[in-house]
Amino acid sequence: MFDTLIAGLLRGNVYALGAVGISLVFGVMNVVNFAQFSFFGLGAMLAWFFVAELGLSFWIALPLVLVICGALGLLINITVVRPLAKFLPLAAMLSTYAVSQILDNVSQITFTAEFRVFPKVLPTSNFHIGNMRFGTSDVVMLAITGVVMGVMAVFLKYGRTGQAIRATAQDQEAALQMGIPVGRIQHVAFVIASALGGLAGVFIALYVGIANPTSGLNVGMTAFVAATLGGLGSLGGAVVGGFVLGILEAFGIHFFGDTAREIIIFFILIVVLIVRPGGLMGKVPLLSTEPLTGTFLGKGRPLKIPRWVWPVAFVVGGVVIPLVANNYVLTTGTQVLIYAVIAAGFTVTAGQAAVLALGQAGPIAIGAYTSALLTLYLPVSFWLAVPLAGLSAAIVASILASPIWGVKGHYISIATLGIGTVIVAIIRLVEPQGIYGITMPKWGDTLLATPVAYYLIDFGVLVLTLVVMWRIRHSHLGKVISSVGSDEIAALASGVRARDYKALAFAISAFFSGVGGSLLAHQYTYIDPTIFTMLMSLLVVTIVIMGGVSLPYGAVIGSIILIGAMELLRFTPELRIVVYGLVLILVVRFRPGGILVRNS
Amino acid sequence: MTDLLSLDDVNVYYGPFHALRGNNLTVGEGEIVSLLGGNASGKSTTMKTILGLVKVRSGTIHLAGRDITNASTNHRVRAGIASVPEARRVFPQMTVDENLLVGAYTRRDKAGIAEDLERMRDHFPRLAERRRQEAGTLSGGEQQMLAFARALMSRPKLVCMDEPTMGLAPQLVDQVLDEIVRINSELGVAVLLVEQQAELALSIASRGYVLATGEIVLKGAARELLDNPEIQEAYLGKAGQG
Repeated sequence: MFDTLIAGLLRGNVYALGAVGISLVFGVMNVVNFAQFSFFGLGAMLAWFFVAELGLSFWIALPLVLVICGALGLLINITVVRPLAKFLPLAAMLSTYAVSQILDNVSQITFTAEFRVFPKVLPTSNFHIGNMRFGTSDVVMLAITGVVMGVMAVFLKYGRTGQAIRATAQDQEAALQMGIPVGRIQHVAFVIASALGGLAGVFIALYVGIANPTSGLNVGMTAFVAATLGGLGSLGGAVVGGFVLGILEAFGIHFFGDTAREIIIFFILIVVLIVRPGGLMGKVPLLSTEPLTGTFLGKGRPLKIPRWVWPVAFVVGGVVIPLVANNYVLTTGTQVLIYAVIAAGFTVTAGQAAVLALGQAGPIAIGAYTSALLTLYLPVSFWLAVPLAGLSAAIVASILASPIWGVKGHYISIATLGIGTVIVAIIRLVEPQGIYGITMPKWGDTLLATPVAYYLIDFGVLVLTLVVMWRIRHSHLGKVISSVGSDEIAALASGVRARDYKALAFAISAFFSGVGGSLLAHQYTYIDPTIFTMLMSLLVVTIVIMGGVSLPYGAVIGSIILIGAMELLRFTPELRIVVYGLVLILVVRFRPGGILVRNS
Repeated sequence: MTDLLSLDDVNVYYGPFHALRGNNLTVGEGEIVSLLGGNASGKSTTMKTILGLVKVRSGTIHLAGRDITNASTNHRVRAGIASVPEARRVFPQMTVDENLLVGAYTRRDKAGIAEDLERMRDHFPRLAERRRQEAGTLSGGEQQMLAFARALMSRPKLVCMDEPTMGLAPQLVDQVLDEIVRINSELGVAVLLVEQQAELALSIASRGYVLATGEIVLKGAARELLDNPEIQEAYLGKAGQG
């Protein structure tokens, strides 16, 4: 029991450091900084590199890591976050999400994805109280955190720059009028946050004894939940939230096992967002100054597309390609089609309802599993399983998401990210092994196992999807959903129940994600939880933003470019993610309406 | 009287929208000048332009003979322009003392700052009583005093005040105006006062400018403006629909 408490404190220690960084940046820039997450993984890898590879002393490596992380943070702020933060905080958040993927994967390309054993630089079990053992390493970590927190507290309370940081966080405009160089203050906050992230990363390596480039994401999400629990923007709250969450998590793992970790964390996140969105120590009015979600996307006028394009595209996609292409192109084409289905369906949520859901991998996974299980264990044909997969994805995702629709601003994106992660975590808990031998579609008694057959089936589904999306957009329902997206307050004032329509839009998107998931499962004939990652969600978001967030046919273009071109260029998976990230940042920065939309 | 602040032929655009149209404006040393106009007439934009929060397309701004047209807000505050923002905008979760220290952000002379902190406490006894209280818990009138004191902490030559009486109870409005006069006469600080309530503003100002759709349409001594029938009709509600 006492062991668990100590373990909780040590984890909490890491989360607190991370959460302070997240809260600090959120305070002065009003942006949730996902890039922060990567510093956990990066800090660990850099420390490993300096100590294990270069043979530097730990006490030289530590400040080096902090300096590098701080400098990298500054660079990210200058190039990506700050240009967007002032006008488009949500776009800035999305860009930091992309940055975090880029950093993780560059780190993975540099250091490889292997788990590296972190050298034991300090004794880990040389003390004991009763029969509980701990080491100098643990004491040093807690002591460093204590000192860092103490210095931070004094700096923020009495320091000239510290006071300027607080003033900027409380009222940026007024701070500017007092002559505070807000830009420079934001840089300082970013550097501090990044260095703290790096420090937390080093601690993870020390504590777990293993360094891995992608370890940052989990820790980062947890640190973010800790910051939310404490109250985003409140630094004291971040520390409290970090330790509370660390201890809760340690006990959760003690009782339910390690696989329950993500479920516990996100359960806490959702509860906090609903019950006390301002967090334990934050003030709820903080939320009212939050920009509403998604208003930056879908502005501008779509390029005019001549009428002849549609039949030509239909003939090329449905007749010419199946006739002339080889199996490799057809298999790639099938992937393009499936993602186009998912992304086109997602435009109702991201474009019309302006809810930037970040966890679309969740409903995709539900669809894939439903379809796989139905066709394997019940006498259900592929043709019936596909719509049933969509339906079950829509139902499950809607139930899970039902509590979040009152949540505003950034939080709704993060809540959907949490839901996506929870869905996959539950699947991993129930069915960790994956499913083999998923049946292939049949027509009568003929097995449709050729790439051409798959391609044509999925082509048909895409055409149907686009027709349905087109009908929805031009229906009364579609207009109501769009009204919620473009001006929620005006829609509310006109008697539209905004949250119901957001939920409905999400359900429609989840349906098509489920359909896409089903198609994926039957194409792969094998699925396991590692397929449905946050990267899959990022890919869906990137496709949609690239094509134009409210243009279903844009999703097709986005899918062709991001899936088709990447495949044909034979990029490695890591490099692809780097490219996705870069594309996302560039599109959001320079063409926020998507490549098919002229800036207005 | 020498000009402390002068705007010459200043043009400001928000995208394609021409927000300030070739305006000329001066504030003399130790003078109170009021800037009048209806909604969206360009009053706040003029303020923001002087503070460097909005970029000038063409024209120049001088402070005490120095060209500050392209200077950052930080430099302008250093050079002697302070601001009392619209709706006061004190830092709600910082104490009164901390708010004052933020007002002195651009200064480095510790002894001088401490001295001015004392001066402000003498000048505004209410703030001295509440020095450790969070600014968000102060009353509207107290917050306004804090906003004044905070502006003065940078030792300005000119304070720009954006509707300092907005949202205050009528009896407080007079207090605030008295305070502006006191700051002006006791500390010798020039004041550029933006106000919707033209009569009040002109009652303490020596001169005034009237803006309409981004253009200065009238200017003159406060007395003349008060007697001007156009002003009376448009801003004082004394003629016409009265």
